[in-house]
Amino acid sequence: MGTHLWNRKHLLGMADLGREEIQSILDAAASLREVNRRDIKKVPTLRGKTVINLFYENSTRTRTSFELAGKRMSADVINMSVASSSVKKGETLIDTLATLQAMNPDVVVIRHPESGAQEFLARHLDAAIVNAGDGRHEHPTQALLDLLTIHDHLPLLDREGFAGLVVAVCGDALHSRVARSIALGLRTMGGEVRFVGPPGLIPPRAEEAFGVRVYHDMEAGLDGVHVVMALRLQLERMSVGFIPSVREYFAFWGVTRARLARAAPGAFVMHPGPINRGVEIASDVADDPERSVILEQVANGLAVRMAVLYRLCGVGGGR
Amino acid sequence: MSRVVVVKGGRVIDPASGFDATADLLIADGVIREVGRPDVPTGAEVLRADGLVVAPGLVDMHVHLREPGFEYKETIAGGTRAAAAGGVTTVACMPNTKPVNDDPSITAFMRQKAADEGVVNVHPIGAVTKGLEGRELTEMGLLLRAGCVAFSDDGRPVADSGLMRRALDYARAFNALIIQHAEEPSLSAHGCMHEGVISSRLGLPGLPAVAESVMVDRDIRLVELTGGRYHVAHISVAGAVEAVARARARGLPVSCEVAPHHFALTDEAVLGYDTDAKMSPPLRSAEDRNAMLEGLARGVITVIATDHAPHDPDSKRVEFCHASNGVVGLETLLPVSLELVRDGVLDLMGCLRAMTVAPARLLGLDRGTLAVGAVADLVLFDPDAAWVVDAARLHGTARNTCFHGRRVRGRVEKTLVAGQVVFDGDR
Repeated sequence: MGTHLWNRKHLLGMADLGREEIQSILDAAASLREVNRRDIKKVPTLRGKTVINLFYENSTRTRTSFELAGKRMSADVINMSVASSSVKKGETLIDTLATLQAMNPDVVVIRHPESGAQEFLARHLDAAIVNAGDGRHEHPTQALLDLLTIHDHLPLLDREGFAGLVVAVCGDALHSRVARSIALGLRTMGGEVRFVGPPGLIPPRAEEAFGVRVYHDMEAGLDGVHVVMALRLQLERMSVGFIPSVREYFAFWGVTRARLARAAPGAFVMHPGPINRGVEIASDVADDPERSVILEQVANGLAVRMAVLYRLCGVGGGR
Repeated sequence: MSRVVVVKGGRVIDPASGFDATADLLIADGVIREVGRPDVPTGAEVLRADGLVVAPGLVDMHVHLREPGFEYKETIAGGTRAAAAGGVTTVACMPNTKPVNDDPSITAFMRQKAADEGVVNVHPIGAVTKGLEGRELTEMGLLLRAGCVAFSDDGRPVADSGLMRRALDYARAFNALIIQHAEEPSLSAHGCMHEGVISSRLGLPGLPAVAESVMVDRDIRLVELTGGRYHVAHISVAGAVEAVARARARGLPVSCEVAPHHFALTDEAVLGYDTDAKMSPPLRSAEDRNAMLEGLARGVITVIATDHAPHDPDSKRVEFCHASNGVVGLETLLPVSLELVRDGVLDLMGCLRAMTVAPARLLGLDRGTLAVGAVADLVLFDPDAAWVVDAARLHGTARNTCFHGRRVRGRVEKTLVAGQVVFDGDR
C-alpha cells in the first residue's frame, strides 16, 4: 500500500477530501479486501491500537462494519451505544468524549444525530475522529464504499475512470447524509451527479451547494445514467407533510424495472440500506443480481473501514 | 456645590440638531449647559477630546440583560458595564427574563437593580403577552407607569393574528410601541440557520427568509387596520425591508431596526458549525445583507440595535442545533457600525443618528441629543483607532461574540452618563 497522500488526523467528511486522498483510501481498501476472503480473516496490522465505536443513533450495519474492520486488523474495539452510556444521565457530548479520550484510544468512530457534532468535537478535543454519520450532513465511509463499488464496475460500463460517469441519487436527498457525501465525493472524482426526487425532499439550492443537477421527474432523471442510487425514505416523512403517502411516492419516485430501462446499458442499482421494499425500490430490482450491487456495497464497506482505520492509526504512512 | 465638567477640543456631532463642528461642551450637575466656546470656570474638570468625536451616548433599544433569572449568563451590573465600554449610555432591555417582565413588580425590580448596580440608563421593555405565551395581553398601562418604554415578546413572535390585532389596538390607548420578533413559527420550526446553500452543505435544517417576511406583511396589514405603532426587531431579510419601505411610504407608523451582525456578516460565518454565529433571526444570505445596507442608505431602516444576547459558555459549547441563540454586541456596536461610514452607506451623522436620537424618539426618551438642557450622556471616541475584537477582553460577563478576531476601527475613549465618567478607555 506504500505511503500515500494522507496526513489527516480525522475523517470528517467528503467535502474536505481531494482526489488523491480519496484514491489513496480506495487503493488501500482494494488491497485489504483480500484479507476478508481468507480462511483466517485476521492480520496483525493494528495490534495494540484501540478503536472506540460511539453510536448516538441506532445502527447495526455501520457499527458492525466498523467493529469487524477493527477486529480483522487486530485492534481492540469497544462499542458504546447511547442506551448503555451516561448520555442518558444528561452528560454533555463533549464531556462524554473527554472521558473516553482520557483512556487514550487511537480512533473514536462516532455516529450522531446532529449535523456537525463530530466537527465540533474535533475542534475541542484531541482524539482522532471518524465520522460514521452526522445528522443529515455527511457519511464519508458510505461514500467511499460507494465509490469503491462503482470503481469495481467501471469496466462493465466500458469506462476507465469516474470522468463522465453519471449517477442518479434518487429520493429523499434532503434528509440524507449519504446523498451529500456521495455527491461531493463523485464530483471530486470527476463524475456527474443528479438528485432525483420530489421538490420538498431535495436540499434547498442543491445545484449550487453540491454541483448536482436536480430532476423531479424520475424518467427524465434516470435517462442515460450509469448508476442509480436509491435512498431510504424515512417513513415518518409522511406525517410531517413532505409527501402524502407511500403509494404515491412509489408510483412516482420508486426505482422500478420500467424506469431503469431509461438508464444506460449495463447501468446498475445501489442502495445504502436498509431498504424499504416497495417504497423507494421495487423488490425485483433489489433482488436482481444483474442489476443490484447492494450486497457488494456491504462487503466493500468493511474493506473501506479497514482502510480508514489503517490510515488514521498512522501506520499507513503520512502522520 | 455644583460639579462642572468641560469637554474640550473635540468634534461635536449631534444628530438631533445636525450640529457638527469643533466645540467645547460645558456640563454642570450632569446637564449640558453650553456648546461652543464657553469659558472654563474655576475648579471645572477638563476632559481633553482633541482628535475625538464627541457624540450623544448611544441608545441601544434591543438588549438582553438576563436579570432576573439568568444571572449565570449576565447581570444588570455586567451588562451595563459592557454597554459603558461600548459607548452605550441607554439600553432598553427585553422581557424574556425569569420571571418574565410581564408585571409591574418585575419592572420595578429591574429599575431598582439598575439604579443600585447599573452604570448606564436601563429602560425595561414589557412583555406583550403574559409569560410570553401568546395568549393574554399584559397590563400595558400599569407596566408603562412602572417604567416600561415599549412592549415585545422578543425571542418569540406574537404569532396569533387575532391577538396581534388586539395588542396593536390596545397599545394605542397609551401610544405605546409594539416591537415584533417577526417569524412565522410554522415556517421556521426546527430550523437552526438561514435556509440556503450553506444550510444545505452543512446539513442543518433551515429557517427560510419568508418566515420573517410573511409575518411582517401580516403585521403591516394589522397596523393598517388598527393604527398601532409597530417596530420590527432585528430585521434580517430583503422581503421584510421591502414591506417596511412600502408601509412607511404610505405613512403607516412602522419602523425597524437592524443588528450589526445582520449588515456585517452572512450565513457563511456559520461554516465550521460556529455556535457564536448562531442567533435568531439567523445570519442571512449576501443578498439579504445587501438589502440591509440599502435599507439603511435609503432611510427605511432608521435604527441600529444590537440584540445583545449574552450566554454562558456551556450554552454554546454543544452541538450546533442545541446551542442557544444569540451574540453579544454592545462593545462592537460602534466600530462595526462605523464600517457603514467607511463603505459610504451612511455619513457619520446618519450612522450616529441611528444609534442615538432615532431609537430615543421611538421609545419616547429625551436622550440621544447634545442640546443645551439635555442630560449629559456622552461618548468620546477615536473614529480611526484600529483594534482587533478579542472575546476574552470584553467587559460584560459573556464572551459569545461573532466578531472575535475582526479588525475594526473606532475606539471608545470615554463614556459619560449624566456628566459622570462610567468608562475610561482601558484597551
